[in-house]
Amino acid sequence: MEIINNIILVSYLVSSVLFILGIKNLSSPKTARKGNFYASLGMLLAIVATLFDQNVLTFEWIIIGLIVGSAIGTILALKVEMTGMPQMVGLLNGFGGGASTLVAIAEFYKILYNPNIPVTSMDAGTIILSILIGGVTFTGSLIAFGKLQGLVSGKVIKYPGQHPLNALLLISVIVLGVLFVFDPHNTSYILIVTAISLIIGVLIVLPIGGADMPVAISLLNSYSGLAAASTGFVLSNNELIIAGALVGASGIILTNIMCKGMNRSLMNVVLGGWESAGTVTTASTTSQKGSVKSIDSEELAVIFDNASSVIVVPGYGMAVAQAQHAIRDLTNILEKKGINVRFAIHPVAGRMPGHMNILLAEANIDYEKLYSLEDINDDFPNTDVVLIVGANDVVNPAARHDQSSPIYGMPILNVDYAKTVIINKRSMNAGYAGIDNELFFYPNALMYFGDAKDAVSKLVTEIKQL
Amino acid sequence: MEHSSLFMMIYVFVLAIFVGFELITKVPPTLHTPLMSGSNAISGITIVGALLSAGMEEFHISTILGMIAIIFATINVVGGFLVTDRMLKMFKKRK
Repeated sequence: MEIINNIILVSYLVSSVLFILGIKNLSSPKTARKGNFYASLGMLLAIVATLFDQNVLTFEWIIIGLIVGSAIGTILALKVEMTGMPQMVGLLNGFGGGASTLVAIAEFYKILYNPNIPVTSMDAGTIILSILIGGVTFTGSLIAFGKLQGLVSGKVIKYPGQHPLNALLLISVIVLGVLFVFDPHNTSYILIVTAISLIIGVLIVLPIGGADMPVAISLLNSYSGLAAASTGFVLSNNELIIAGALVGASGIILTNIMCKGMNRSLMNVVLGGWESAGTVTTASTTSQKGSVKSIDSEELAVIFDNASSVIVVPGYGMAVAQAQHAIRDLTNILEKKGINVRFAIHPVAGRMPGHMNILLAEANIDYEKLYSLEDINDDFPNTDVVLIVGANDVVNPAARHDQSSPIYGMPILNVDYAKTVIINKRSMNAGYAGIDNELFFYPNALMYFGDAKDAVSKLVTEIKQL
Repeated sequence: MEHSSLFMMIYVFVLAIFVGFELITKVPPTLHTPLMSGSNAISGITIVGALLSAGMEEFHISTILGMIAIIFATINVVGGFLVTDRMLKMFKKRK
């Protein structure tokens, strides 16, 4: 028995190392697939090792669980569209969190039915913590999923007493947690804490608006890691603690990058919306500075034909319209004409970190053509044509100079420095921040109205006919 | 659980957080979505706890909770790794 236990422990160690190597290999697109394979190998090893644990004696429930879970997971993974990836990640986060809560509750019932098991205050405390983090992750992720899928309103939802209510709920969890530590065989504490945790998850994600989802998803990603780590504390299992800490750190870093990309504090995002988002109803037409110039596909084709360098700026609108394949066609035809085409990706473009990159990769666009904001921002003055597809706030020059603007200070792509800026939009509606974009009225800006996919396809046809 | 083992676990947790920070700051923005889905799959390691509950010798509510937890965690693990692989396959360099 002793030998088997040691083999299990060594397996957990090897599995932890495989997780670390897996993430390490994600540092380059060349090795990333190998990295994902290492990590999955680590997971398989951990699962197999656990099956040899002396406490694992019946297998029928395990087999049912593994089969059902694998089937659902496989279907989800193979069916999901690349545009639906933010929802998918949100949903998976939720299942991870839900599993942590269930395991913690199961540990409680083991203690309840086995009065011989000694319970320390630390055991009780970690169970409560695990239920709290897991529960918040579970329902929070489900709400995020609903928002991204369009099942729950993506708007900033505010209601009176929102913050005092959340604070009150959190305080009650802490109080109940302390009571539970002194009375660890009391079922009602566990059930009430579970219920409150689930409610907190709903309440903290509900107010977050659609374009703030990159922050929310990253934060929930971090929580799912912390939930796994907290389960590790409940079970006294170092592998869970290591794996959970890695994921927790990953989520925190991404959350931080997303917040910087919007020049906002985490608090500001979590508390809900841009300061003006609730008050500005529709983009005011009175603040228009002159009129916008619009252009049709025929004239636009000539402009592209005469360019030698082009930068495409994709935004969430590209994902909604599924325009990435049309953009790939445009890229191919321009490159055939010897025109240099690159892509400028703002950190918060889309609904999750790296959302634009996977869509463009799906359309078979070389990842070496995708540039981050810092790497490409100085090149706009030397660029002939910038094509903006479904992005708005991230290219609004007001962020640089207008101190009264709610997005002032947010890092933006300096598209207005290019010779010509083409903005593809369906209408003149404002972006998420609910403010006018003065870029549209600049002398070098041309509006190209239409659905992104149709408009870009039409442009490709026109260029072919030249 | 004893005090010493709790502190040992906190040591491991804190050090792993630092390892995570070092590794993840090196992941380029282009791979941030696969990083999220892949790390997500890793957080499904909770399955270890779920297996220990569902595989107990005696049958009671913990067995059922454990089985549901296995379903959740397996969706997380299998779905996460598969979808990450699907994405990473697309990151090709074209000539």
